[in-house]
Amino acid sequence: MRDKICTAVEALSEVKDGALVAFNFWGPGTPLHLMKALSESGVKDLTVCTNNYTLRANELREQGAIDAAILLPQTRKIIVAFSGIQAEDASASGEITRRVQEGTLEIENVSHGILIERLHAAAMCLGGIYSPIGIGTGLEEGKEKRIINGVEYIFQEPITPDLGLVSATKADRLGNLVYHGTERAANPIIAMAAKYTVAEVFEIVEPGELDPDAIVTPAAFVDRIVLIPSDDAYSKEKRIEQTLRSIKYRLQKMAEAEAAQGGNA
Amino acid sequence: MKEKLTEELIAMRAARELVPGDCCNLGIGIPLNCAAYMSEGVLVQSENGVLGYGPVYDRESLDENVERVDWNVVDAGMRYLEHVPGMSFFDMLTSFVMIRSGRLFSILGGLQVSEKGDAAIHSMSEVDIASKIGGSMDLAWGAKRLIVTMTHCSKDGDPKIVRELTMPVTTRKRVDLIVTDLAVIEVTGSGLALKEFAPGWTPEEVQQQTGATLTIANDVREIEF
Repeated sequence: MRDKICTAVEALSEVKDGALVAFNFWGPGTPLHLMKALSESGVKDLTVCTNNYTLRANELREQGAIDAAILLPQTRKIIVAFSGIQAEDASASGEITRRVQEGTLEIENVSHGILIERLHAAAMCLGGIYSPIGIGTGLEEGKEKRIINGVEYIFQEPITPDLGLVSATKADRLGNLVYHGTERAANPIIAMAAKYTVAEVFEIVEPGELDPDAIVTPAAFVDRIVLIPSDDAYSKEKRIEQTLRSIKYRLQKMAEAEAAQGGNA
Repeated sequence: MKEKLTEELIAMRAARELVPGDCCNLGIGIPLNCAAYMSEGVLVQSENGVLGYGPVYDRESLDENVERVDWNVVDAGMRYLEHVPGMSFFDMLTSFVMIRSGRLFSILGGLQVSEKGDAAIHSMSEVDIASKIGGSMDLAWGAKRLIVTMTHCSKDGDPKIVRELTMPVTTRKRVDLIVTDLAVIEVTGSGLALKEFAPGWTPEEVQQQTGATLTIANDVREIEF
């Protein structure tokens, strides 16, 4: 049996230029270790598909916090449901605007539900789906529409990632995954939709140690397992430190904005 | 100058639309405040994959409970949640089945609502080129009942309840109820019905602040708290 356990560099060594990569970017359950490794892999012309494209403040980035924009220099297209800047000083926002204007970056806006249904369509090997979301809004522009049983639908193509980056709490040696809390989010769907799925985990156990009833992503969907080193910049402890720093930063900015508003009134 | 309702009071009034056993998703902004006023037994959902969550850690309680906080349990706005009996976790596919299939009430913030029940809910992002649609289109389309909470007028004093939307559309003909700092308005097949008005205000004064025609319900009354 081929061993699925390897390093991030080994797992990503065969990713080709122009690949469509999908990952969950929503608090816990964000594959930060793999995103960092992908950013250092040298692949280019990526299409990045993610639920959130949150840009961190420069101050936080300087302290090691990463966001989806870590892949920006290698990205030619972004498919995203929600984008936001944590503070006004995120330098990536200017970079995105500039590149869209000069035509080297394309952004496709979807809703969270549309993103999930399109990944799900890919997972089920469908040629596309008719979806009611977005009728009468800007999202229907240029799309095929059809009325079925009196209801209007928009045709949505599947999104089939060449590479799925997944984050889970624990894997067994076979690649069965368990998640904890809201870490789950889009990870199981991405694992099913992608042609090649790499999972980063905080712990690897022997087969039999995971409760079969508790396994959410069965081993068939996982091609490589990467154990996050305990001294990694994105170890559990480091993530918690960064999260706390980020929350405090956000609250401080909010307090400052409030104080400024009060001063003007 | 007469008092308008605070955001807390808008949230308190909107929360009264739900009864124990109901499941509900709360959008960012005023709706998040509704959680504090929900009847016991209302299950609150967050689209990243949690149903039945309870208290949210604020700045102080987060500092005091650093040892206790479960760093893997957040709502859609990245606020840390306490574990409570009866809560469940699931993936986003399950989450959006829940959202779209009429099993949840949605209380969302609003930028504009039209007399037909169209709503502009999502804003464009600061980047200007990528949107903040998030789950708003799914939540609005699939809600068992869509309640929009917002201030009655914009900061510049322009009515946010209008005949036709001028902002990017999030959903068409889906709004059931509008709760503002001046009124509770039901969207009916024949237009907007003023059901309740803020203490100290009159239905005529509410109409003056509204960009569409209101029908005054027979049983119109002051909002009670």
